Amino acid sequence: MPRLLFLLALALAALIVASFGIGRYPVPPDTVLAILAAKILPIAPDWTPETEAVVLGIRLPRILAALLVGAALTVSGASYQGLFRNPMVSPGILGVSAGASLGAALAILLGYGMFGIQVLAFACGLVAVATTWIIGNGLGRRGDPLLVMVLAGIVVGTLFTAFVSLVKFVADPYNTLPAITFWLMGSLASVELPDLLIASPPILFGLTVLLALSWTLNVLCFGDEEAKAMGLETGRLRLAIIVSATLVTAAAVAIAGIIGLVGLIVPHLARMLVGPDHRVLLPVSALLGAGFLLLVDGLARSLFEVEVPLGIVTSIIGAPFFLYLMNQGRKAWA
Amino acid sequence: MLEVQALACGYGHRSILENLSFTLEVGELLCLLGPNGVGKTTLFKTILGLLPPRAGEIRLDGRPTRHWSRREFARWVGYVPQAHTPPFPFQVEDVVAMGRTAHGNLFSGPGQEDREVAAEALETLGISALAKASYTEISGGERQLVLIARALAQQPRILVMDEPTSNLDYGNQLKVMGHVRRIADAGRMGVILTTHHPDHALLHASRVLALDRERHWRIGRADEVVSEDYLRRTYGVETEIHDIRRRDGGRSRLCVPAVGPGEPP
Repeated sequence: MPRLLFLLALALAALIVASFGIGRYPVPPDTVLAILAAKILPIAPDWTPETEAVVLGIRLPRILAALLVGAALTVSGASYQGLFRNPMVSPGILGVSAGASLGAALAILLGYGMFGIQVLAFACGLVAVATTWIIGNGLGRRGDPLLVMVLAGIVVGTLFTAFVSLVKFVADPYNTLPAITFWLMGSLASVELPDLLIASPPILFGLTVLLALSWTLNVLCFGDEEAKAMGLETGRLRLAIIVSATLVTAAAVAIAGIIGLVGLIVPHLARMLVGPDHRVLLPVSALLGAGFLLLVDGLARSLFEVEVPLGIVTSIIGAPFFLYLMNQGRKAWA
Repeated sequence: MLEVQALACGYGHRSILENLSFTLEVGELLCLLGPNGVGKTTLFKTILGLLPPRAGEIRLDGRPTRHWSRREFARWVGYVPQAHTPPFPFQVEDVVAMGRTAHGNLFSGPGQEDREVAAEALETLGISALAKASYTEISGGERQLVLIARALAQQPRILVMDEPTSNLDYGNQLKVMGHVRRIADAGRMGVILTTHHPDHALLHASRVLALDRERHWRIGRADEVVSEDYLRRTYGVETEIHDIRRRDGGRSRLCVPAVGPGEPP
């Protein structure tokens, strides 16, 4: 198992170096490594300042964002699939994506800048999940609390999506509406280093908590009553997992927009590779998710003359890939 | 050990069972008999602390269980649910090691010692060969044994088993009941289980708690409680209860359905 993790990390490192090189302005890998190394080692530059600006100023934040967002969506997706004991669950199941969309749409409508959009998206994502939690807990006292929670999430998600449509309906069709539409498609094109500094604390905090709770996620897979009978305070654990996954997803969506399917399919890929034990599954999910989004973002910005929004590419690649996985690996969830 | 005193249990504002009292000691096998819907599962959920009691008290080691933490409680009481299929294919040895959750570190999961306890539990039930198998791909009978192993790994003093033989074929029913009997006879745990089969109670139970359709209950030795009259009142069927001599000279009491040739069932 450590060997697999090492190989994955190695592959990811190679992918990162390659990602610095590809795009409209190609940079050879040795130059990439030299530019990066020059930050800590005394290396005399034999490259142009433009090359350095492309590598460090434009591609570095984008690559970091792809890694962070990919890991965030995949780990929270894998955690939710375990918590809700359902392999068809994605990170947005409790309404965080719909809430964040509403926040971003509102911020764009009100003419806020990038920072305002991110903060409002993050905040509304949390509000949506809190609403789901309150409804789910209120109605779920009798019966299956997890099922009620998922149903409440679907209702809240639908409600917030309706509000997004309402915002789009009243938005200026020449100016604000396209901006909202593009944001919702998901993209890493406009991410800058300061955005990452804001988004990474909630993501790293949430990921750390989820990784720490990975063993209890295994036990929770057997359902609320059995987990209690095995000695877990399931209510508190569920809250901790939902709060962490929500922080992680809301922060990821706030900087990247809606990037579909990553949080649903990459956990399955990870499960096919290493099985369902969350102590291994979550770290592997983080590496695979980071790599997957980096790869797809590389394709998004290099396949065509015009950059295609990332959310579209993940869905176009993700849907057939998911069907392939379903065909290959029924074992992984049945 | 486990004392249930004047317990009333049920959902919401309705009590299903009322004024129920019994005790369970280590080494005993208490069989809970009764028709579907009479409240056996509700009683178990209440004992396990999954449902609050509507009245009365449950004490463990002399202390009321409502004050116990889940972790502390799980070290005393193990639960064997009916076999089911979880959504993900965990390895059998991992499933059994989950029984160590109440003993080990919550963040790192089971350690070497916990793994050994889990392996021992598999050994006890004779299913060590399944250790590396996928829990979703083994048979229903094997899955039930794995769940029992998981509860044994929990090293409780009381084992609560919800219909451990339902959904099992004939052979697996006998094997599971044999294991349960040995666990109780080993004298380290007391077992309380539900079954639909009067023979299980007659053959193995040290005491029987019998519920009838009106939710009246009676507790006592199997030969006192499991009678033709009880089965008629409870299930509306005619049976004969016979003592038979076994080939090894021992005696057993069995329940035979009264369906003769030409006689309507």
